[in-house]
Amino acid sequence: MNEPGRPESPGEGADSHETRHGGRPARVFTGPGVPDPGLFSRVAPLLPHLVASARYHLPPVLELFLQTLLNGLAVGSLYALIALGYTMVYGILKFINFAHSDVFVLGAWVSYEVTRIAGWGGPDHPAPWWAGILVLIIAMFTCAIVGFTIERGAYKPLRRAPRLNVLITAIGVSLLLQNLGQLDFIFGTRPQGMPTLLPDRVLAEIGGHPAVVGPDGVVIANEVAPVLVRLVDVVGSATALLLMFVLDRLVFKTKMGRAMRAVSYNPGTAALMGIPVDRIISITFVIGATLAAAAGFLYSQKYSGLNQPAAPVWVLLGLKAFVAAVVGGIGNIRGAMLGGILIGLLEFFGATYIGPELKDVYVFGLLILVLLFRPGGILGSAAVEKV
Amino acid sequence: MRTKRSVVGWMSAAIAALAVAGATGMVSAQDTIKVGHYGSMTGKEATFGQSTDNGIKLAVEEFNAAGGFNGRKVEVITYDTKGESSEAGKAVTRLVTSDKVIAVLGEVASTLSLAGGAVCQEKGVPMISPSSTNPAVTRGRDYVFRVCFIDPFQGLVVAKFAHENLKAKKVAVLYDQAQTYSKGLRDEFKKHFTAMGGTISGDEAYSSGDQDFSAQLGKIRSGAPDAIFVPGYYTEAGNIALQARKLGIKVPLLGGDGWDSEQLAKIGGEAIEGCYYSNHYAPDQKGELVEAFVKKYQSKFGATPDGLAALGYDAANILFDAMKRSKSLGGKDLRDAIAATKDFKAVTGTITLDKNRDAQKSAVVVEMKGGKPVYAATVEPTKK
Repeated sequence: MNEPGRPESPGEGADSHETRHGGRPARVFTGPGVPDPGLFSRVAPLLPHLVASARYHLPPVLELFLQTLLNGLAVGSLYALIALGYTMVYGILKFINFAHSDVFVLGAWVSYEVTRIAGWGGPDHPAPWWAGILVLIIAMFTCAIVGFTIERGAYKPLRRAPRLNVLITAIGVSLLLQNLGQLDFIFGTRPQGMPTLLPDRVLAEIGGHPAVVGPDGVVIANEVAPVLVRLVDVVGSATALLLMFVLDRLVFKTKMGRAMRAVSYNPGTAALMGIPVDRIISITFVIGATLAAAAGFLYSQKYSGLNQPAAPVWVLLGLKAFVAAVVGGIGNIRGAMLGGILIGLLEFFGATYIGPELKDVYVFGLLILVLLFRPGGILGSAAVEKV
Repeated sequence: MRTKRSVVGWMSAAIAALAVAGATGMVSAQDTIKVGHYGSMTGKEATFGQSTDNGIKLAVEEFNAAGGFNGRKVEVITYDTKGESSEAGKAVTRLVTSDKVIAVLGEVASTLSLAGGAVCQEKGVPMISPSSTNPAVTRGRDYVFRVCFIDPFQGLVVAKFAHENLKAKKVAVLYDQAQTYSKGLRDEFKKHFTAMGGTISGDEAYSSGDQDFSAQLGKIRSGAPDAIFVPGYYTEAGNIALQARKLGIKVPLLGGDGWDSEQLAKIGGEAIEGCYYSNHYAPDQKGELVEAFVKKYQSKFGATPDGLAALGYDAANILFDAMKRSKSLGGKDLRDAIAATKDFKAVTGTITLDKNRDAQKSAVVVEMKGGKPVYAATVEPTKK
């Protein structure tokens, strides 16, 4: 891996940054990165103010705040993407699809496998600018097929069974996917490093100060690295937000969206109105799986070290996305988006300002509070159980 | 109804298949000497268990090829712990009570060895941990041994290296609060490094399996350290290196033997270059035993052995050595024979088991260069 979008040319990225900081006798590290700045070089002229990796000075308090905000939004938008799948399936079938987080993992790992097979990554094999888009599409397509298969194979036969049966089946499907993923000829049991395929470079450096070197060459004060705003994070969040916007339009402005809402409201009546309920359910699963795949790909771009498919970290991520869906109001699409971003921000602000040791506590604490005081979720309405 | 019946049919077929498989397994294993191994064959630390298992298998193969134990062959039974303590206890119980192994080898992670050691102690079956470095693993358990050095020594090694070789004055620590191993290393490092006159410029924690370290690294960043000590395991270490570089932190990261896996470079890539960790051995180290071991391992498994493979190999060989010296293969006799191990020439150094059943031996520090660990320094144990 080479430094993202940082060719050897002076005046760009790490090199200039190093000279500007100067004087520090330590080795120069290059960060993880993107093979090729191709896409960026096309877009670059449009961003004249950001290209020069502008440096801003802010008080340290604001620096930390800004960094936390950016991270919270980036991860929150991924939670939101996953939460949408939970909430859509719940809205229509009134059960929690526990296998959903495994579809997300599948998305991340398919992205890795495609990249590996294509041989992208590393300084010798830079990925073309369209690599990210292609990988994203393949991951979405694979997960769509898997999502469809899961629905047809595992859930559809249980349509008339009690809801508990479906729930237990979902856990079974989840375990099946986790353990299949660990097979050597699928993904294996080893964590892997995912090359960055999205365009990356430093957009802005905020704060920090260079090393202070005394007259005799002795370092008096070490360099404090600045907060870096990276293009890859911006592109990742933007993609997530774009997908959410498209989904929102799809559900609220199209005929199919109306059909989905009708099935969610009352499947029986919807069927009487001539809506093909089974097809609508399948479409819902496919959309959910596609969004999860996108989240998986974007996640692999943000956190290049991919944990193995059955690692607890994935389960925890899935759970947090589920919490996001509940906090926003399960069954409510805009609620899931809001919940996701809220959970992401809460997690990161808690970690920075209270302590990272209790990161998960903030998220699940919020869940308890929401369930106590607003059981329907923030945007949901408390449902009256019909007897 | 049809669906239901076919599911039942499938299940009974599966159970029958399992029963047959189990029965055949039992028949073939009657006249061999059984040794148990419990390790993380899958899960987050999968390479640990797999490497150790490869090392053990290599030792067993050699031992059997050389005639075995008075003509009887040794058979290893490996159970997966998935890297979870609850599984470790179950695996060891199964090895001891149902497979009736004469001794148990494992685990790598200290937390898991503590769980497995409790069972071995209770049942009076000797256990040799190849690579659990936390002191508590062998404390008060006279049936539990290890062939690696312990955390206080490893903490000292890294502190000494940071102070003397890197000339670091300020070091930040980022440790795994969910792992006994990581906490132990952090405590020892802090103690020794401050005693040498260094300052700890940040002390942050994460939990195993965390994927985002930006909050912790953000705080460490403002302390402007000369190096960051990350006494965790390779998955997190690789991720931490990646995120540190992404945040613009350029100083080297330091680690312990938990970093030792070829996946470290696969995850960390460029970000991990120029980082150091203390280890049990370096594959490019000189020495007859090391070179022979690396060659045999490479031809059998097609990979360079990591420290865990070497320790698995050593642990098995120490057990075989003790078996030859032991009066019988009963738990107590075997225990006494293992305890008497002295100046045993092993791949990871000359091993003498002290009165705490810990190995007294040297450590090496390796640097990540071109995606491979390269020998950087040797640190000898201090004589007390």
